[in-house]
Amino acid sequence: MEKIGILEGRQRQIYEKKGEETAFDIKCETTSLSGSVSQRACVFCGSRVVLYPVADALHVVHGPIGCAAYTWDIRGAVSSGPELHRLSFSTDLKEMDVIYGGEKKLYRSLLELIDQYQPKAAFIYSTCIIGLIGDDIDAVCKKVSQEKGIPVLPVHSEGFKGTKKDGYKAACDSLMKLVGTGSTEGIGKYSINILGEFNLAGEAWIIRNYYEQMGIEVVSTMTGDGRIDDIRRSHGASLNIVQCSGSMVRLAKQMEEKYGIPYLRVSYFGIEDMSKALYDVARHFSDNPAIMEAAKKLVSREVGELYPQLQQFRRELAGKKAAIYVGGAFKAFSLIKALASVDMKVVLAGSQTGNKDDYNGLKEMCDEGTVIVDDSNPVELSKFVLEKEADLLIGGVKERPIAYKLGIGFCDHNHERKIPLAGFEGMYNFIREVYNSVMSPVWQFAPRKGGLSS
Amino acid sequence: MKTAKTATQNACKLCNPLGACLAFRGIEECVPFLHGSQGCATYIRRYLISHFKEPVDIASSNFNEDTAVFGGSHNLKLGLKNVTQQYRPKVIGLATTCLSETIGDDVDMILKDYVRLFDEGEPLPNGEPLPLMIHASTPSYQGSHIDGFHAAMRATVAKLAEAGPKKNLLNLFPNMVSPADLRYMKEVLKDFAIPYVLLPDYSETLDGGPWAEYHRIPKGGTPVNAIRETGMAAASVEFTSTLAADKSPAGFLEQEFGVPRYTMAMPIGIKQSDAFFGLLEKLSETPLPEKYEDERRRLVDAYADGHKYIFGKKAIVYGEEDLVVAMTAFLSEIGIDPVLCASGGKSGRLKKRLLELIPGLEEKGGKIRDGVDFVDIEDEAKVLKPDLLIGNSKGYTMSRKNGIPFIRIGFPIHDRFGGQRLHHLGYRGTQELFDRIVNTVIEQRQSSSPIGYTYM
Repeated sequence: MEKIGILEGRQRQIYEKKGEETAFDIKCETTSLSGSVSQRACVFCGSRVVLYPVADALHVVHGPIGCAAYTWDIRGAVSSGPELHRLSFSTDLKEMDVIYGGEKKLYRSLLELIDQYQPKAAFIYSTCIIGLIGDDIDAVCKKVSQEKGIPVLPVHSEGFKGTKKDGYKAACDSLMKLVGTGSTEGIGKYSINILGEFNLAGEAWIIRNYYEQMGIEVVSTMTGDGRIDDIRRSHGASLNIVQCSGSMVRLAKQMEEKYGIPYLRVSYFGIEDMSKALYDVARHFSDNPAIMEAAKKLVSREVGELYPQLQQFRRELAGKKAAIYVGGAFKAFSLIKALASVDMKVVLAGSQTGNKDDYNGLKEMCDEGTVIVDDSNPVELSKFVLEKEADLLIGGVKERPIAYKLGIGFCDHNHERKIPLAGFEGMYNFIREVYNSVMSPVWQFAPRKGGLSS
Repeated sequence: MKTAKTATQNACKLCNPLGACLAFRGIEECVPFLHGSQGCATYIRRYLISHFKEPVDIASSNFNEDTAVFGGSHNLKLGLKNVTQQYRPKVIGLATTCLSETIGDDVDMILKDYVRLFDEGEPLPNGEPLPLMIHASTPSYQGSHIDGFHAAMRATVAKLAEAGPKKNLLNLFPNMVSPADLRYMKEVLKDFAIPYVLLPDYSETLDGGPWAEYHRIPKGGTPVNAIRETGMAAASVEFTSTLAADKSPAGFLEQEFGVPRYTMAMPIGIKQSDAFFGLLEKLSETPLPEKYEDERRRLVDAYADGHKYIFGKKAIVYGEEDLVVAMTAFLSEIGIDPVLCASGGKSGRLKKRLLELIPGLEEKGGKIRDGVDFVDIEDEAKVLKPDLLIGNSKGYTMSRKNGIPFIRIGFPIHDRFGGQRLHHLGYRGTQELFDRIVNTVIEQRQSSSPIGYTYM
C-alpha cells in the first residue's frame, strides 16, 4: 500500500497508544487546517443542529440559499406535534442584497413567515456574509419581536467565526434568552430538564419515559421534540441532565449560575451508561427513596430482558474490531463501553470536537495500539481503519462511503439514524445494527477479502 | 393558500458552488477546492454523498475571522499546498463562495502569486509538478447550482483548451446528468466511432467499484490532455435549452477557437433523441447503428403498449430548467399533460424555450414558472390536482402530504436507492423513464382498487 503521510500541522492531533512512555499532549480545540478536508462543518452547523429540533419555532437562515438548502429536513429529530422545524426558510440573499444590505428583506420575510406559520418563537441564523455586510440582525429581531409579540432570537452563527463548538455556544446563548421567561407554577420538586438530547428516531421519548417511570417530572427536553413554552419555564426544574457534552453544558452552566440549578452529565448509550444516567438522577433525589427503588426495578427489568439477547450477538461479534469517529468525544466513551459488552475491541477513537480531558479519558479507556485522533479526514481515517484491520466504522454520513468503499461494516451514529440507539432498547438496536453490517456476507467480495478492486 | 413571498421556503435549488464541485469531480485527477468556510465544503460533501453513495472529498480554505478581515490569500495558499501534499492531484478545481467573493479576494492574483513562489525556488509539496489550478467564480448569491456547474466547465476549457489544426473530434457537454447517462453517452459515441471529449465525466469517479485502499482521487474523469484538444474539435454539442453562450463552455470554444456550438434540449423522449442521433449521423457521416434503431423500435412499441394508462394524466415537473424543458417535451409526446413546469432556476429563458419546443403548452393549461420554491409548487398543486409529480427527492414531502404519485428523476435522490444509476437520456433513458411512469400509474390504480386486479 502506498504510504500516506500525515500533514505537517496535523501530527500532534493524532496519537497512538503505545505503553506509558509516550507523553500524551494531543492538540485539539483548534480550527481545522486549511486544505485538510476536515469532516467538520462550521459555526452555523453547530447552531443549526442544536436548535433544529425545536418544533414550534420558525428557523430562518439569513444569507444566500445554500445554508438553508443543505439543512432542510436534515436530521431525524422527530416531533410529537408541530413540525415547523422540518421546513426550510431562507432570505435567499442575492447580489443586490449583499451590496445594499439584507435587513429589509429579513424584516419583511419575518413578518410574512410569522403571519403564515404562527410560530411560538423565531430563531434567526446569521451566515458568513451577514458578518461582512454588517446587517444589524439584533435590531431587526427586536423590532419584529415587538411587532409580533413573540421572541425573535438572533443566532450569531457566521460560519467562519470559529468552529462548530462556537455554534453550540451561540445556540445556547439564544436558548438562555428564552429560559426564565415562562411561569414555573405547578412544577414539582422531583423535576428535571433533559439537555443535549435531540430526539433522533424518538430517543428523547424513550429517555423521558424512563424518568417518568421513576416518578420524575420532565419539564423540558432541549431540544429534541422541543417546545418554546417548555423552554421558557425550564428554570423551574430542580436538576439539569446533560447529554452530548459539547453542545449544551454551556446552557446548563448558565442555568446553574443564574437559577442555581445543578447539572449532571450523562450518556444514554450502552447498558452501563444508561443505567448510570438513571441512578445518578435517583441519587440526586435521595430524599425520596422511592425514586431509587423505581430506577433499580426499571434497570433490572430492562437489563434482564436485554442481556440474553446480546449474548447471541456476542458469540459472533467477539474479537471484531471497531473504529469510532464521531462529532463529540463524550459519545465515544459510551460506544467503547457498549462495544465491550459484546467483546468488540476499539482500534480507533476520534472526534471532531473533543477537548484535552476527553482525549485523556479515551486514552485511559483504550487498549494498547489504539489510535486517538482529533478533527480527522478521509485519508487518515481510511489509513487507520485499514492498518488496524477494523471490521466496523461508526460515524456519520460523510464517513459511511469510506467504510463501504473499503469493504468495512458501518453504523450511522449520527443525525440521520432512523432507529433509536439510546436507552436499553436502543442498545439492542445498536448491537443488532453492528451485527447486521459486520456479519453481512457481502464483504466476501470486497478487495480486502480477496475480491477484485477498481 | 396564496402566500406573500419574500423568503424562500423549501428551496427548489441548491447553491452555486455545489454545481462546481460536482463538475470538477468529472475531471481526471482533480480535487475540488472551495475558497470559503469549512461548512461549505462539508455540507456539499454530505449532500453529494447522500445521492452518489461515494466518497466525495472537497478541500476547503477554511476561513476564520482573520481571513475574513485580512483576506483569504494566506489560507488559500496553505490549503493548496496541503491538498497537493495529501492528494497529489494533477488539477485543483477551485470554486469561490459567497464569503470569499464578498470580501473581494482576487483569486487569480493569489494563484499567480502562489505559482510564483515555486518558480522562485520554494520546494514543491511532493517534489512533483504543481497541479493545474482552474478557478471558477461561484458566489452563492448568484444563480443556483446549475450555474456553478457550467461556470466550472467554462473555466476549465478557458484554462486548458488550445488552438491547433482541426481534428476529427466532437466535444459533448452533457449537462448535469447521472453517471449512468454519461456511460450511455460514451457508449453511443463509441458505437458511432466518433472521437470525443465528454466534459465533465463523473461516470466512474461518482459511481465506481470497491477499493483495496483509499483512493484519494477516484479513477476516471475527463483527462486534461483531452480537454486541451477541445479547442481543435470539429464541433461541440451541448445539451441545454437555457444556457447563454457567454456562460457556456461550448460558447467559449466557439468564440475563442471557432468550434461550432450545437445546442439542443437534453435528449429525453423520441423527438429529442431523434434530434440528437440525427445530429450525430450528420456530424459523423455514419448512419444510426442498428443497436439504436432497435432501442428506438422497442421504445415506440412500448409507447403503444403503455399509452392508455397515461393518456391525459396531469403532471407537475420541476428541477433545473434544462431538465424541465426536456422532460416536458417528453411528457407531451406520450400524452401526459404537463400542468406545471417549474424551476428554482431563473435564466429568463425557460418559458421561451418551452414554448418553442411545445407550441400549444399554455393553451392546454400548462403553467410555466421559474424562480419558484416548493411552497409555490405546492400551492399550485393544490389547485391543479396533478396525477403525477416528477422531479428530485425534494418533492417527496409534498407528494406524501397531497397524495400525489411521485417519480424521482435528476438530482438529488436521497430517499431511494440507485439515483446515480438512473438513465434519463436517449432511447434507453426514455425507455426507463417511460416504464417507470407507466408503472407508477399502474401501481396507483392497483393499490387504490378494491378488487386488487392481478393483471393490469
